[in-house]
This record gives sequence, structure tokens and C-alpha cells, in this order.
Amino acid sequence: MLLLLQYTLLYSSVLILVALGGCFSEHSGVINLGLEGTMVMGALGGALTMHFMPNLPPFLMIVMVILISMTVGLIYSLLLAVASVSFKADQTIVGTAMNMLAVAAATVIVKAVNSSFNPNNPSAELKYHEQRTAFIVRIGKSGGFEFNWFMLVTVIILVAAYVLLYKTKFGLRLMACGEHPQAAASVGINVFKMRYAGVMISGLLGGLGGIVYIASADSMWKFSNGVLGFGFLALAVMIFGQWKPQRIALAALVFGFFRALSSVNVGIDFIKALNIPDSVYKMLPYIISLVVLALTSKKSRAPKAEGIPYDKGMR
Amino acid sequence: MKNKLRSMAKSNAFQSIVASLLCIIVGLVIGFIVLLIIKPDGAWKGITDLLKGYFKYTSNPNKILEYFSQTLIKAAPLIMCSLSILFCYKVGLFNIGVAGQYCVGMGLSIYAAIAWKLPWWLCMLVALIAGGVMGTIVGVLKAYRNVNEVISGIMLNWISLYLINILLKMVQKLNISETRDIPKAGRIPALGLDKLMGNRYASIAIPLAIIIAVAVYIILDRTKFGYELKATGFNKNAAKYAGMAEKRNIIITIAIGGALAGLGAAMLYLTNFQHWETDTSSVPSMGFNGIAAAFLGGLNPIGCLLSSFFIQHITEGGAYVDKMTYSSEISDLISSIIIYLCGFVLFIKYMMNKKIARSEEKRAASGHEEPLPGTDAAVIVKESAKGGDE
Repeated sequence: MLLLLQYTLLYSSVLILVALGGCFSEHSGVINLGLEGTMVMGALGGALTMHFMPNLPPFLMIVMVILISMTVGLIYSLLLAVASVSFKADQTIVGTAMNMLAVAAATVIVKAVNSSFNPNNPSAELKYHEQRTAFIVRIGKSGGFEFNWFMLVTVIILVAAYVLLYKTKFGLRLMACGEHPQAAASVGINVFKMRYAGVMISGLLGGLGGIVYIASADSMWKFSNGVLGFGFLALAVMIFGQWKPQRIALAALVFGFFRALSSVNVGIDFIKALNIPDSVYKMLPYIISLVVLALTSKKSRAPKAEGIPYDKGMR
Repeated sequence: MKNKLRSMAKSNAFQSIVASLLCIIVGLVIGFIVLLIIKPDGAWKGITDLLKGYFKYTSNPNKILEYFSQTLIKAAPLIMCSLSILFCYKVGLFNIGVAGQYCVGMGLSIYAAIAWKLPWWLCMLVALIAGGVMGTIVGVLKAYRNVNEVISGIMLNWISLYLINILLKMVQKLNISETRDIPKAGRIPALGLDKLMGNRYASIAIPLAIIIAVAVYIILDRTKFGYELKATGFNKNAAKYAGMAEKRNIIITIAIGGALAGLGAAMLYLTNFQHWETDTSSVPSMGFNGIAAAFLGGLNPIGCLLSSFFIQHITEGGAYVDKMTYSSEISDLISSIIIYLCGFVLFIKYMMNKKIARSEEKRAASGHEEPLPGTDAAVIVKESAKGGDE
């Protein structure tokens, strides 16, 4: 039971971070379908940090891994920002391409790193068994609850995101750019800058979400798998949360719970007795968000101008 | 002569081809740079191996033919996926759900062939209907509930994947999570193509995909239905005002798109060329490659035939790169860069038009050339109107 709680919290942390990323990007008016790819790149950055600097003291390890993952995510998200804000490219194509590019690039990089150490090891896997213990604090005896520092980081970021979005000038301006960019521009807000900021914040959070996902539950990761659709699940969380941080957190807990059920259902007797294939638990979050969409889209709280390139000449 | 050249440069088809070639060249150059970074001395050989692919067996034409037909076998479903994307895009819909539609088409056709022992053509029909139903869900949600087709498409992709995994577990091999062989009756007939192409998996699926591409071209370009679809994509409200049933058109379009994708999956899996692994945890990449092929093909059905073949060719080419130095994923890297660049196609065309207009202005100002006989302005207006419909 504790295991279920632990996995629910871990998966929810990932979903909260990435969905908040999507939330910032969409509030600025850019649909970030490339979150899945951003997660992969962030995860790659963090995993490589652990791979090349295995002997850092725990505190420094946590800080370095988080910082590098976020930076890599930020840089990767610039691909979307440049294309969709400066060149008015189709955001759906660019986002889709970014997801494919991230998996391919991460695989190529990891294989190159692995075979440079040992020419006979061209695998796409990175191991960080020892290093990841830095993130974990065991509570109780072995087999008990494992607290993960990422959970705390997530809570801090959640509060910060709420304050940034609703209580600061920046956040309110950002949201104006996603609702009606021309109106925002007419009062002197630089829409291009704001949209760049929105996408870059989503890159920061997406990258962090990526490393939290691969480092929290596993001690190695095969990068040719990408992040198994978690970026898209985060998009579902964002929609279910109606683009609001506090609701996103609740939605993430619900979806994280289902995901955790699909991972640990064998370990819990009464769930095992139900004998439901784990595919069903994996499917449920998507079905729920589809139903929610169907019921609420008419009065959806989605930013009105999302997905539409900003054109100064339009009214 | 000069006028002819200039009007060619202004034509949409020409600009699409230039833009696509530009995307390919830049994609290859970036791929080459990546190879250089990993290991400089083998980079040139790497990129040429990748492009040459199976053509390196110059001494053995039979082998070339065999691998060529293997590329075609896999290109057939890719063509279908790209047609699905392009068909929907004409109506202004981005059918990202193509991967899910492909998935259910694959799953139900395999199930129908193995569990129900249906003949091949019925299995294909099942795939077509399954994909169509998936598409219809997206269409209905879009038309009546105002749900963005990209979001519902993504959700349905994952729902389809998990559903199909559950379904196909019932027809998997003993102790291996992979589907059983398709029975003889369920396989698409070859009608001699297998002998002709020297590959036992070659079937009439290949010519069928090409015929469907031509049919899509005719429907979009030569029929009233195609015109209505394009008009709806252009301006939904204007189409509605002109008496076109815009909701019905949206649903029909995306249902057809789904049917194309579902049929495409049957074209691959009913040849028994490949088995589905029932533990697969990611949506099949065929759907996303279809997006690449559609945009690289300039959103033209005939262009899609060429681009699908090209993308499949470099994907296969990855296997010919020296594995000791580079990984075969380098081909995925190149094709994803090409898709990324396809997002800029509109911008490239805009720059080309701007350049042409500027050079024309210059010429007119310097008065070097006789003014064109009256029609110049009319031609420009026409061309710019045409430019919009692609």
C-alpha cells in the first residue's frame, strides 16, 4: 500500500511539473506538443550528469542534476519558440517533429557515449544506480516509504507557478498574450517576448519533469523508449486541470494514481484479485480526459488565441 | 524565355518542390554534421552508406530488387498514412490521430484474420471500417462538441494502442508476446508480384496504394465533393454561408482519413511481413512518419508517393551505416529534422515570392524590358490566389 502511495506521488510530481510547463506555454498562446520530446532531452541531460559525475556529494548532485536537466529542456524548447513565434511555423508539425527528434537524438548520443567507453557496448541505456540514491530518503525500515527530494521540489514549483501566474505583472501579461495578443500589444506588451518566455518556462519544467520521471522509479533508462507517452499524459492533465495550477495538481494526483496502479497492481492483493489487465489502468486517464473534453469543450477555459501565430497586422 | 522562367518560379508546384528539396538538403547536412561530431573520419562514408542503402550491392541485381521491393512493402502503409494526413489537412484538420487509426486497423485486421479466419479482402474491409470509426469519433467531437482534433487525436492514439494490446494478446504465440502468423486465406494475394519482385512478401498492396493516391488526387482536384472540402478548409463560415454542410464535411473527411490509415495498416500486416508485439509501449511511428511524408510531399498525393518512398528509403538506409561507429537511429534523426524544417515551408515560399516580386519591381523600374502584354497584373493576382489553396 505504501508502495502505491509512493508511486502515485512520484508520477503525480512528474505530471504536475510537465503539465505546468504546458500551462505556461499555452497561456502565452503557443501549443507545446513537443513536451514529450522536451522531457526526453531533460532526462538525457540529467542522466548524463549522473553518468559523468558519479562522485558528487548528495546535495551538489541534486542541484546539478536539476539545473542541467532544466537548462537542456530550456535550450530544446527554443526549437519550438524560434519556429512558432519568430517564423510563424505550424505549431503542430514542429511539436510532433520535436518529439521524434528528441528520441532519435537521445538514442544517437547515448549510443555514442556508451561505445566511446566500450566499443562493444552500443546500447541505448544509461545506468545510474548509485547516483540516484542521492534523491531518496528512506523513512522507516527497508521496504518502507521512500521520500524523494523531487516531491518537495515539485511542491515548491507548484506554489511558485501559482504565484507567478496570478499574482505578478508578468503572469497576468503572459495570460493576456494567450487570450488576445492584439489587445495585449495595444497596451505596450511585447507579445513576441512573452511567448518566448512562455515556451522557455515550459522547456524548464518539461526538462525537469523528464529527469524526475526516469530517476525516481528506475535505476537505468533506455533512451530509445522516449518517456513512454508521459508528455502526452501531462497534456491530458493540463486539460483536465482546465489550465489552472491548483486544478492541475489535483488532476495529476488522480492520473498519477491510475498510472501507479498499472505499475504496482501485482503487489496488492485485492487489486490483483480483480484481474484487470494493466493496459486498462494505463488507458483510463486518456479516456477520462476525452470524456471531460467532450462535456466541457463548449465552455472550455483554454486560452483563446492558443495555436494562432501572432500577426501584428491582424485585428 | 525569361518570362517563362519567371512564371515557373511563381508556380506553386515549383515552389513546393524547391522547398521540399531544401528541407531534405538541410536535413542531410545536419545529419552529416552530427556524424562528424561523433567520429570525423567515417562521416562521409556514413552518410553515403545511408543514402545508398541497398544499392551498394551493385554486383547483385537480384538482391537490389529484393530490398527495393522490401522498401516498397513498407512504403505502402506510409503512403496511406500520408494520404490520410493530407486529405484532412485540405479541410483544415490536423489528423494527428493517424497513428491510432493505423493501430486499430492493424489490430482488428490481424484479429479478423487469425481468430475469425476471414478472407483477406474482408480483413481489409474490417481495417478500413475500424480506422473510419476512430476517425468519426474525432470528427463528431470536433463538429458537435468543439474538441480540438489534435488533442482528441492524441488521446485516441494511446487508447487505441492499449486496446489493441489487450485484443491481440488473445491471438499471440505461446509464451511469446507476438501475434501468430496470418493464415493463408488472410494474406493479401500477390498475383505473381512476389515472383516478379523476388520478395515473397510483395503483394498487390503496393499497386493498390498507388491507385488510391491517384484516386485521392482526382477526388480533391476534379470533383464537387473535393471542392467543397477545400472550401470548408479555406473558410468554414464562408462554406456554410454558401450552403455547404460544414459539420458533415468535417466528419466525413476525418472518417475517410481514418479509413485510409486503417487500410494502410492492413496492407502491411496482412502480408505477414511483420508481427505485432503485444507489449509495445509506444504508438507506432508509422503515423508520425506519415506526417513527415505528407508535408515533404508538398501536400500533393503524387508528391506523397515520392516522399514516402524517400523517407522509407533513408529509414532502411540506417541499417547500412557501420554499426561499430554510428547507430542506425541516425536515419530517424535526419527524417525528424526534415519534418521540423517542413514547418518552415510556408515561410520559405513567402521569401521566394518576396524575392520574385522585388526582382520584378527592379526590372520594371529600370525599364530594361518591355512591359508584359497587359496581363501581368492579372497573372499576379491569379497566382497569389492560387498560392493560398495549398
